Amino acid sequence: MKIAIPLDEDRVSVCPVLARAPYFLFWAEGSSSIEENPAAQAQSGAGMQAAQFLVDREVTELITPRCGQNAAEVFKAAGMKIYKSENKSAEDDLAVFREGKLSELEHFHGGFHGIA
Amino acid sequence: MKIACLSGKGGAGKTFTAVNLAASAGKCCYVDCDVEEPNGRLFLKPERVESRSVSTLLPEFDAGLCSGCKKCVDFCRFHALVYVKGKPMVFSEVCHSCGGCALVCPEKAVVEKPRPIGILEAGRHGDVRVITGVLNPGEASGITLIKEAVKSARGLSILDCPPGSACPVMESASAADYCLLVAEPTAFGLHNFKMVHELVHLLGKPCGVLINKQDAPYEPLERFCEEQGIPVLARIPFDPEVAECIASGEIAAEKLPRYRELFQGLLEKIGGSL
Repeated sequence: MKIAIPLDEDRVSVCPVLARAPYFLFWAEGSSSIEENPAAQAQSGAGMQAAQFLVDREVTELITPRCGQNAAEVFKAAGMKIYKSENKSAEDDLAVFREGKLSELEHFHGGFHGIA
Repeated sequence: MKIACLSGKGGAGKTFTAVNLAASAGKCCYVDCDVEEPNGRLFLKPERVESRSVSTLLPEFDAGLCSGCKKCVDFCRFHALVYVKGKPMVFSEVCHSCGGCALVCPEKAVVEKPRPIGILEAGRHGDVRVITGVLNPGEASGITLIKEAVKSARGLSILDCPPGSACPVMESASAADYCLLVAEPTAFGLHNFKMVHELVHLLGKPCGVLINKQDAPYEPLERFCEEQGIPVLARIPFDPEVAECIASGEIAAEKLPRYRELFQGLLEKIGGSL
């Protein structure tokens, strides 16, 4: 199991956006690490680049407040599960997830394409 | 010679101008490049219409041949490809059909397959050949269809461009020898006119302006045209008779002699400035 959560600038809070989050928190076998998101500054196609990054890191569970349709299709094809973030801090989300209390994300937006 | 009718905003009078120019030109071609909502045909009512399907290319990947080098994924500047479970996935609405993935694949695992995106109609309105691109509802990009529409233009051609100043407009205007900018004398009209003028300037096309729906000159627009050296080729006032023509799907230049003269004069001016 390898879990990913988008992180904000403070490297503690969950980032409200997925593709352009500045960092990702990865958690596997009891230890966590933080990596910069290579798609954060992408001119366009950030969703696909972030999705490729997470697939390459062999993430099996993603916890995020929201996720676009195209990225969701990639995660589905990769067999990744997507859960809805419900806490401000990523550590809290991880704890709630381990208790089996996070529900799966069911709404996927159509993309913001520079609007949001 | 191709004359593109452009305006930064919708409703300024591109189709009105393009249709009337075509109807006043004698033998010519009218090309509706506004493939998302082509409406020149409402006025020109083309007869003996023939249509054909237009497709764009979409890559398919052979997982058996793919070595997973991801050269295609790295090459795609539109990020239409994501490598998952042994082969790239393609997102059709993001793909620009450039063919780059097939070119860079060392294993020849990419085959480009045609995907229909709309139809191209060609018919006649007297001496005017009417070409209309019609994009399928829900399609994200009509660029391929615009290219095909422009390609089938012959001789003197009037290109009725889409509104705005983005990719479909650029595609239409790039093919033109002259750009006729239709401007509305309002603050909003001027703002969008400036944007489309900047585009035409970048493309290095000669241009002139037709000021439509003018009751009195709008000073900021006049000043801008003067400063930039854009010739004002014609002015069309608010005219209930024109509104009547448009509302009943008729062409002002065919009903009202003074408009036939105006548009013929406009064509002469454009011809003379090249």
